[in-house]
Amino acid sequence: MSGASYLAGRYLAFHRWKAALLVTALTLILFIPIGLRVLVRQSSEQLSSRAQATPLLLGAPGSPTELVLNSLYFSSDVPAVVSFAESGAVAETGLATPIPLYVRFRVRDQPIVGTTPEYFSFRDLRMAEGRPPAILGEAVLGAAAARSLGVGVGGHVVSSPESVFDIAGVYPLRMEVTGILEFADTPDDDAVFVDIKTAWVIEGLGHGHQDLSRPEAAPGVLKREGNVVIGNAAVVQYNEITSDNIDTFHFHGDPAAFPVTAIIAVPNDDKASALLQGRYQDSATLQIVRPETVMAELLGTVFTVERFVVAGAGIVGLATFATVLLVFLLSLRQRERERETLGRIGGSPGAIRFLMGSEIAFVLSMAVALAALLTWLASRYGSEAARVIVGI
Amino acid sequence: MIRIEELLFTYPDSDFRLSVAELSVHTGTTNAFVGASGSGKTTLLNLIAGILLPTSGRVETDGTVITGLSDRERRAFRVSRVGLVFQEFELLEYLNVLDNILLPYRINPALPLEPAVARRAASLAERVGIGDKLKRFPKHLSQGERQRVAVCRAVLTDPPLLLTDEPTGNLDPVNREKVLDILFDYVHESGTTLVSVTHDREILGRFENVVDFRVFHQSELAADDAGADR
Repeated sequence: MSGASYLAGRYLAFHRWKAALLVTALTLILFIPIGLRVLVRQSSEQLSSRAQATPLLLGAPGSPTELVLNSLYFSSDVPAVVSFAESGAVAETGLATPIPLYVRFRVRDQPIVGTTPEYFSFRDLRMAEGRPPAILGEAVLGAAAARSLGVGVGGHVVSSPESVFDIAGVYPLRMEVTGILEFADTPDDDAVFVDIKTAWVIEGLGHGHQDLSRPEAAPGVLKREGNVVIGNAAVVQYNEITSDNIDTFHFHGDPAAFPVTAIIAVPNDDKASALLQGRYQDSATLQIVRPETVMAELLGTVFTVERFVVAGAGIVGLATFATVLLVFLLSLRQRERERETLGRIGGSPGAIRFLMGSEIAFVLSMAVALAALLTWLASRYGSEAARVIVGI
Repeated sequence: MIRIEELLFTYPDSDFRLSVAELSVHTGTTNAFVGASGSGKTTLLNLIAGILLPTSGRVETDGTVITGLSDRERRAFRVSRVGLVFQEFELLEYLNVLDNILLPYRINPALPLEPAVARRAASLAERVGIGDKLKRFPKHLSQGERQRVAVCRAVLTDPPLLLTDEPTGNLDPVNREKVLDILFDYVHESGTTLVSVTHDREILGRFENVVDFRVFHQSELAADDAGADR
C-alpha cells in the first residue's frame, strides 16, 4: 500500500462514522432506482411467465385480477366460487381440458390447493420424494412449504381454522404428507396440494363419523325412526382420514354443485381457445380470462408506478449526490491547512491530490460495491421478497 | 552555510515587502530571527526552506542555489536537507503519534519507509519523553507533547538544517524549556544548523546568533554580519 493510500485509510478509519454515512447515502441513491428496476423487472418476468403458461381461466364474474392472483399465485383474497359442474361443462365442449382449483384454506401461511392430478402434469411438477396424493386426506407439499412447515414424507399437516372465534366454522383436518415436490421457483413451491375432494372435506361438505348403527355409537343416537338414525352432538366426528375410517367419509349433496374458485382451461389449440372464449364471452354466470392479458394490464400499472418512483428516486439521488459533493468540497476546504503542511514537509501536489482523491474514490467504490451487492441480492431473492410483500 | 544576497520578496496585491541585502548563517550554528509580527521572519524562513520563491535575489544553502531550482527540485531539497517545526505543530488529527512522526516518509515516495526508520521514530519519541504515547492521537496529548511530536517529525530524516517557526509560541514556560532543551540537545549532538523564528526575547540567550528584524526597515533589511557571524 502506498503512503498516500495508507494515510487515506487512516483518515477514513478515524472519521469512520462520517465515511459510513456517506457510503450509506451513496449506496442508497445508487441502489434504489437500479434495485427497484431489477426487482420489478424480475418479478414481472416471473409473474408474466406463469401467466403466459396458463392459457385460460374460468371463474365467477368479478375482478379478473383477483381471480388470476388467487388461481396462479394463491393469494389470500378468495374470489367468488363457481360450481364444480362448470369443470365438466368445459370438458364436454371437447375444446379444452379443465383443471379445477379450490384455493381457499391454509396450513399456517401456506395455501392449500385443492385440484386434480392433471394440475401436476400441467405445471410440470415433479416429485422430489414420495408420491402424489392417492386417497382422501393425503397432501403433497411444495419444496418451500415443506421447509417452512418442517414436515417430510410421512408427516402430517393440519389445515388452519379460518377464524378461531367461529366454532361453527371449518374444522381443522389433519392430513398425511405423501410427497414433496421438486423446487420449481414458482408459487407452487409454497403450496400444500390436496385432491379437490379433500378440500371439500375441509370445507365441511364431506365428513366422516361413527357408524351409528354400531353398538359403541349408541351415546350419539338421538332417535331412530325405522331405517333413519338421527345423531346428536355426541357423535364422534373424525378430523383425520385414515385407512380405518376412510369408509365412513361421505359427501352430502351433489358434488357437481360443490365449489371451485377457478377452472384452468387448457385448450386443444388456438382455434379451440378462441371458440371457448367466444362461448363464455357473454356468460352471466362465468367469466373467462386470459391470465397473460390480465397480468399485462396489472404490470402496466406497476411499471407506470415504477417509472414515477424511479424518477422520484432519481431526483432525490441528484439532491443527495449534490449534498455529498458539497460535503467532499467542504471537507477539502477544511483540510486546506493539512494540504499546506503536507506540501511544506515535501509532499508533492500529485501525492496530496492522490491522498484526497483516494478517500473520495474509496467512499465511492464502497458505495458502488455495496449497491452492486444489494442489486445482486435483489435479483437473487427479490422476487421471493416481492411475493411476500405483495402477498402472492 | 546559508547565504542570502540581494533578496526581495513581495506578495501580490499586498504592501508587504521584504528586502535582505545580505545574510549569512554558518553551518552548525544556532540562529534566532526575532522581530515584531509582520516583520517578515516567517517569510524569510519559508524562502530559506524553498517553500516560497523570492521576487528577486539569491538564496544558497550548502552550495545549492535554491532560487535556481524547479518546484520539484526544491521539494526534493526540502525533503532531504530541511526539517521544519511550526508554531501550531501541524499534526494530523487522524494519525497517531508514531504515524505523525513518520509522516515525511508516508507522503514522500522518495523516502522509503523501512523498519529501521520506524525504530528510529520510536527511539526519538522515547528520547523526548513520549515513547509511551506512540498509539495516542494528537487530541489526547498536551501542547508540549504535541510540539515534541512535531520536533521528532522534523528531525526524523536527520536534516542538516532545522527551521523552526515560533516553536515555543504556544507553550507554557515549563514546556517551553523542555522543548528548547530537546531542540538544542539534538542540534548540538548532530551538528545541525538551527534557524528559529521567535518573538520570545527570553529565549534569545540560548542562540549563538540573533538577527533582529526590528532594527531594519522592511524595505531595507540588511543582515547584521557581526551578529550573524558571532
